[in-house]
Amino acid sequence: MARDADPAVAAEALVKRYGGVAVVDGVDLAVRRGECFGLLGPNGAGKTTTLRMLLGLTPPDSGRLTVLGEPVPQRARELRARVGVVPQLDNLDPDFTVRENLTTYASYFGLRERDLGRRIDELLAFAALDKRASARVPALSGGMKRRLTLARALINDPELVVLDEPSTGLDPQARQHIWQRLRQLRADGRTLVLTTHYMEEAERLCDRLAIMDRGVVVACDSPEALVERHLERYVVELRGDAARRWPAAGQGRDIHSREVGETVLLYADEPEPVMAAVAAAGLKYLLRPANLEDVFLRLTGHDIRE
Amino acid sequence: MNTPRGPAQRWLPRPSLRFIPVWRRNLLVWRRLMIPSILGHFGEPVLYLLAFGYGLGALIGQVGEMEYIVFIASGIVCSSAMFTSTFEALYSAYTRMETQQTWAAMLGAPLDVDDIVLGEAIWAASKSLVSATAILIVAGVLGLLGGWQALLALPVILLAGLAFACTALIVTALSRSYDFFMYYFTLVLTPMLLLSGVFFPMEQLPAIIGTLAYLLPLAHVVEVVRPLVTGGVPEAVALHLAVPAAYAVVSFIIASRLFRRRLLG
Repeated sequence: MARDADPAVAAEALVKRYGGVAVVDGVDLAVRRGECFGLLGPNGAGKTTTLRMLLGLTPPDSGRLTVLGEPVPQRARELRARVGVVPQLDNLDPDFTVRENLTTYASYFGLRERDLGRRIDELLAFAALDKRASARVPALSGGMKRRLTLARALINDPELVVLDEPSTGLDPQARQHIWQRLRQLRADGRTLVLTTHYMEEAERLCDRLAIMDRGVVVACDSPEALVERHLERYVVELRGDAARRWPAAGQGRDIHSREVGETVLLYADEPEPVMAAVAAAGLKYLLRPANLEDVFLRLTGHDIRE
Repeated sequence: MNTPRGPAQRWLPRPSLRFIPVWRRNLLVWRRLMIPSILGHFGEPVLYLLAFGYGLGALIGQVGEMEYIVFIASGIVCSSAMFTSTFEALYSAYTRMETQQTWAAMLGAPLDVDDIVLGEAIWAASKSLVSATAILIVAGVLGLLGGWQALLALPVILLAGLAFACTALIVTALSRSYDFFMYYFTLVLTPMLLLSGVFFPMEQLPAIIGTLAYLLPLAHVVEVVRPLVTGGVPEAVALHLAVPAAYAVVSFIIASRLFRRRLLG
């Protein structure tokens, strides 16, 4: 198909203002076909607004946006026929069973039950809900509801699946379950765009990430490249009492450090001398590889959890 | 740089046939609760007819040439359609928009806000048709109908239901909670119910009040439905249908714009 050659998302200088405040302030994005692309940032960074713009649900105040080759918001309806959406809040129909949720949602795409054939059964199996097909939604656990929402988003066999915080509020097992399904979708050749404020989710799932803060993209690359380009390889982390005593103990030593709340982070490509210095001061420490959270901190000057 | 004029700024709605799955979704949910719902549609008018028709009617006797119970049965067909449609377009629509986020789910599919608003309006009108049919059956069993031409009241009720649904949807679009709906009941619906000739002929009112009541749709609906139900011939039908039709069209335009601004901001 010729249109497969279009990038999944091409956004230039997107701006969205609410009451004079730019919530999204000049965002450029280029998402390739078949990749899992993450928007990472704290609450209020503009991730959800960006997603809404991609779907044509919020018109940008300025900028240029094409998704799957369709200009948005002008052809948002045609676009949404080819996209699956997993919203941040579950909005399943509580009056319907699991299966009816899928068939009703299919009707919004103009798909009838007889057109769907085995698709409903396949989606129920994909979501591991085949034995709960006749259950009402309120009887499902949080993880089941999220899997049903994901299955619902696939009813139209979408080329692009957009997920707003797909694992927020789930317990660790349910989260693993969802991640596994998302990897499967990517292996099927679908493009995924998701928002998250979990480093682990971003690192495990995403081929590439845009780190967002206060309405702008501060960096965009693969998780490994982001860490490599912006940071030393290791972090020696001091907490609590150790963090309080380090500024004095570390004085005069040439160690790259940063204080974040109750924690002191010491960065180094070769951590041994740093660990030795900390141990010499009689402090306890934690050695770990540098991660995306450290990148975020380095690029924005504040913690992602703020 | 392009700054497309988004749907939130547009004045005219652009609904499509995709409103049908929205209507159908509501029908499927209603089917589950159909028995209690239909019992309600029968039970309430029976109570009204007993209380007003036989209770009050025994004191009043006749209104013009008409038994009071016949007079009020034809009025209740209209007022009940108004309340059924209004409740659906206020409370149920608000629940689907805010509490259940059903509309948000629909907007992830290729449905537009205008499709959803039209589907909700026609659904609310459909429910007013169910309610009017139930009352006509009760009235028929009690021998209060003038003849088969009473069935001609049903398309009028559908139009009336649409008008009441669309005006109620304006209120829903502006509402931030269920409590807000009380203003609409107190300031609009209750005066309209009492002054539109449902319970007594409008000639009993001072002329100025009657004129004001004719600015609202219910009085016109009663003017057409009452003769049809009681075996007479309605007069000035075009005018009396034009008013609810105008309310339906203008309110739909306003409501859909308000919803677009609310949901697509």
